[in-house]
Amino acid sequence: MSRTRTPVVARWFAGDGENFSLLGTRCRACASVFFPREDVRCRNPGCQGADLEEVPLSRRGRVWSYTDGRYRPPSPYVTDPELPWEPYTLIAVELEAERMVVLGQAVPGVTPAELAVGMEVEVVPGVLHEDTETVWTTWQWRPTGVRA
Amino acid sequence: MAADGGEGMTADVAVLGAGMHPWGKWGRGFVEYGVAAARAALADAGLDWREVGSIVGADTVRGGYPGYVAGATFAKALGWQGARVTSVYAACASGAQAIDTARVQILAGRADVVLVVGADAAPKGFFRPAGGDRPDDPDWLRFRVLGATNPTYFGLYARRRMAVHGDTMEDFAQVKVKNAASGVLNPYARYRKRVTAEEVAASAMVADPLRLLDICATSDGGAAVVLSSMEFARRRGVVDPVRIRAVSTVTPRYPSTVLDLPEIATDSAVAVASATETFRASIARTAYDEAGIGPEDLSVAEVYDLSTALELQWYEDLGLCGEGEGAKLLREGATAPGGRIPVNSSGGLASFGEAVPAQAIAQVCEVTWQLRGTAEDRQVPGARVGITANQGLFGHGSAVIAVR
Repeated sequence: MSRTRTPVVARWFAGDGENFSLLGTRCRACASVFFPREDVRCRNPGCQGADLEEVPLSRRGRVWSYTDGRYRPPSPYVTDPELPWEPYTLIAVELEAERMVVLGQAVPGVTPAELAVGMEVEVVPGVLHEDTETVWTTWQWRPTGVRA
Repeated sequence: MAADGGEGMTADVAVLGAGMHPWGKWGRGFVEYGVAAARAALADAGLDWREVGSIVGADTVRGGYPGYVAGATFAKALGWQGARVTSVYAACASGAQAIDTARVQILAGRADVVLVVGADAAPKGFFRPAGGDRPDDPDWLRFRVLGATNPTYFGLYARRRMAVHGDTMEDFAQVKVKNAASGVLNPYARYRKRVTAEEVAASAMVADPLRLLDICATSDGGAAVVLSSMEFARRRGVVDPVRIRAVSTVTPRYPSTVLDLPEIATDSAVAVASATETFRASIARTAYDEAGIGPEDLSVAEVYDLSTALELQWYEDLGLCGEGEGAKLLREGATAPGGRIPVNSSGGLASFGEAVPAQAIAQVCEVTWQLRGTAEDRQVPGARVGITANQGLFGHGSAVIAVR
């Protein structure tokens, strides 16, 4: 039986391969961009906008900072308590066009030792965890090999 | 001399009493710690609880319903006596908001004497979000989607400082060394043992580049202050009380471009340029403006050292030094006891561990004792002006300025 692939959060990202991207929203009145998406109101205090359109965010950005989680996070992060904890890396990425920073997990196997502030990374589809019926999908950051 | 609020009203309130229950892991309920702190503060003020006209509780989210209505919970435990009651929550800034609520009631003439209490009984390990599936809650989302614990955010800030300002892990360790040395002298601190830089470096990595001894623990504890009008203090013969002159409780300004707990992304600065002043800097500046002083006037500062690296950030945000100069200020010894501006003479969160709703009140207790000259072995000679600063999740700034 094939398992369903379900995004961990609906409508935060879409597409496959080269077409994968995070999905934000943009206010049609003031052009402010939001991620996580704002769908019913603009948060710019100088704007009364209530009409927001979905926009893909830049696929590439620069490392703003990075860290890792050496200890198992608490629920609702899903882990298998039977397995030893495998640390993973978190990367905060500066998107130039959107002028914002977006946090995400790095692709498995990337450690802080391989990263530097200013390095280029790109967003790729990834798997957060799997259970018997569902593969829960997410976004991950992967270094492109371009350094600061 | 009392500060003038501009319309002939004094803007100061007196700190008549300060009290704490020692921090630790005591395994009892938060009410017990809060009541012990409240009784200590009332005894320090020389007041009977029945003379208190208003009680303000700083809430805890970890005590069930009684925690959400902490003001009433403490009032009932102390014995109902008909006081006004208020309960406030602002995450780590809850205690400062409770103090501000009390202050405003006094300045508005609604109460002469207000008791402010905060206490917590913390779980072991990482703080975690409330239960249930809540995909609209950023705090739930950051755990569900990223597993991003509080220390991972501290790790991001620390790494950023290393890259941008050249801070080193040795600098971070020296913050712990400094604060642990002060904590040894504080009977209310949980950790009362000197720590060496080697011990920090040998402790387990939690969130690169921060190690266990760079990150504050979570603790049980309770703190309380008794505030009154200056007139009430005079009637009671307290001629020169410590006075609270400013309380800053500001939000960020859009677009907020520093990745703050518990957010997954910053605001975008594409449509509106980001402010030249960061959120944390605006917290302190608002307090300075209200008090009519500047960082050069400070004798002591208590800042929220959730991590060692974050203490260095606060030096800059409080204007104790320029941007990027926090580590230099530390290396010069300016923020150590005997330095130009001792920071966290209490031992800080490094020595206490965080008891969320009590912590901002505990900061004010320390400043009160410093300004009274009763901080014993921790005393900063001649302290006249103190500031406390912290930042609560979801956009709660807080800073308190006290003078004597």
